[in-house]
Amino acid sequence: MPLKHVIRSAVGRKLFMAATGIILFGFVVAHLLGNLSIYLGPEGINAYARQLHQLGPILWIFRLGLIGAAALHVLFGITLTLESRRARPVAYIRKKHLRSTLAGRTMIYSGLILATFIVFHLLHFTFRAIGPQIEMLDGGVVNVYRMIVDSFRQVGYALAYVVAMVVLFFHISHGFASLFQTMGMNNEVTLPWMGRMSRIIAVILAAGYVSIPALIFLGLVIK
Amino acid sequence: MDLTLHVWRQKGPKDKGRLTTYKATDISSDMSFLEMLDVVNEGLIKQGIEPIAFDHDCREGICGTCSQVINGDPHGPQARTTVCQLHMRQFKDGDEIYIEPWRSRAFPVIRDLVVDRSAMDRLMQAGGFVSVKTGGVPDANTILIPKDDAETAMDAAECIGCGACVAACPNGSAMLFVASKVGQLAKLPQGRAEAARRVCTMTDAMLEEGFGNCSNHYDCEAACPKGISVKFIAQLNREYFMALPKGHKEKN
Repeated sequence: MPLKHVIRSAVGRKLFMAATGIILFGFVVAHLLGNLSIYLGPEGINAYARQLHQLGPILWIFRLGLIGAAALHVLFGITLTLESRRARPVAYIRKKHLRSTLAGRTMIYSGLILATFIVFHLLHFTFRAIGPQIEMLDGGVVNVYRMIVDSFRQVGYALAYVVAMVVLFFHISHGFASLFQTMGMNNEVTLPWMGRMSRIIAVILAAGYVSIPALIFLGLVIK
Repeated sequence: MDLTLHVWRQKGPKDKGRLTTYKATDISSDMSFLEMLDVVNEGLIKQGIEPIAFDHDCREGICGTCSQVINGDPHGPQARTTVCQLHMRQFKDGDEIYIEPWRSRAFPVIRDLVVDRSAMDRLMQAGGFVSVKTGGVPDANTILIPKDDAETAMDAAECIGCGACVAACPNGSAMLFVASKVGQLAKLPQGRAEAARRVCTMTDAMLEEGFGNCSNHYDCEAACPKGISVKFIAQLNREYFMALPKGHKEKN
């Protein structure tokens, strides 16, 4: 089937949503595992950052792949949502949500908030255009540990990250279960527990991420 | 029992429409919802008011003609029940009931609670069939079908094409309807031959008719009077995925 036709088709674009969703989900898991190295102290996360940057071209292949996946995910997410909005020009006066969840119905908003957060996050820690003064270590590398701790001591940064990760919880709690359905990997056995499993995974990921700014701000564990 | 009804009144497709309040008095709990509306309509006729137009046919829950969203719930509060099979014992004396038509761009309102569902006929014409040679009736059991496959196909074939899935879906998607047809025919050897083409033409037609896109909310399954499972939507997606390498054939 020509790619043009797949992209025009709604089900085809949903397959792209699921495939890019898997890539972005994989990144969210890997990024959390990397971040957790902060619990090993300055040596832990600084060593992780150094190793990551030593990957050189491989790191760039991953970055380009992620940018491509994120761009497609946002683009198709917006077009699919706009088509769905047009499908009901006159709204119900009374409408019950029989099964759908708030998280599911607000995917476009949680998605757009996350896209904005990613831009903010890149400006903050990748391009270091915003945030507190950066301390350099010997050999011209950034003291990543200090950069994170100094930022999250400030209520504004800590709060922004915590809120963004709560939004991430909403997005994944619907998105993870949804991608199995869209990829056709669901049947009467998996359907009853897919939603619950999705929420559990979303809680674990969001809690892992939230723990870092929360503990730093409160001055516990990570000092 | 006495009830207060807020009914959507719309003179024609061009009219803006609005909710109008009527009193339904002396309603028996043994009446069906449509019989209650019949009683209300008789009262309206006596007062010289145009009766409420609503779709109905078999009144035994199998034709898929009745189509009312009752208190925000397509086919009303009782699960796996069409409006005609919904009885007034599901309501209490003094209840306020909101009655609206199916709301979808693909289902324009003709009058009051009556909508034009011919978009679903066009979905069927796009691929909801099996091409067979006409002629003599074939012998029974010339094509053997495993019991489990026949049962699953029957589960999908329970769909009566009422459109409650579209009415319930936050996106106005007809995915459950199309999935039940795709699922039913793809499970049977007679339908398997055209499975790849069918899933493509039917899902394309869904977009052309102005239905929304499925985002896996599952309100459709909850609203379906026949309880069609969303597992058929997963199957549709699987069929589409498997159709990708086969190439897109021209529409019939």
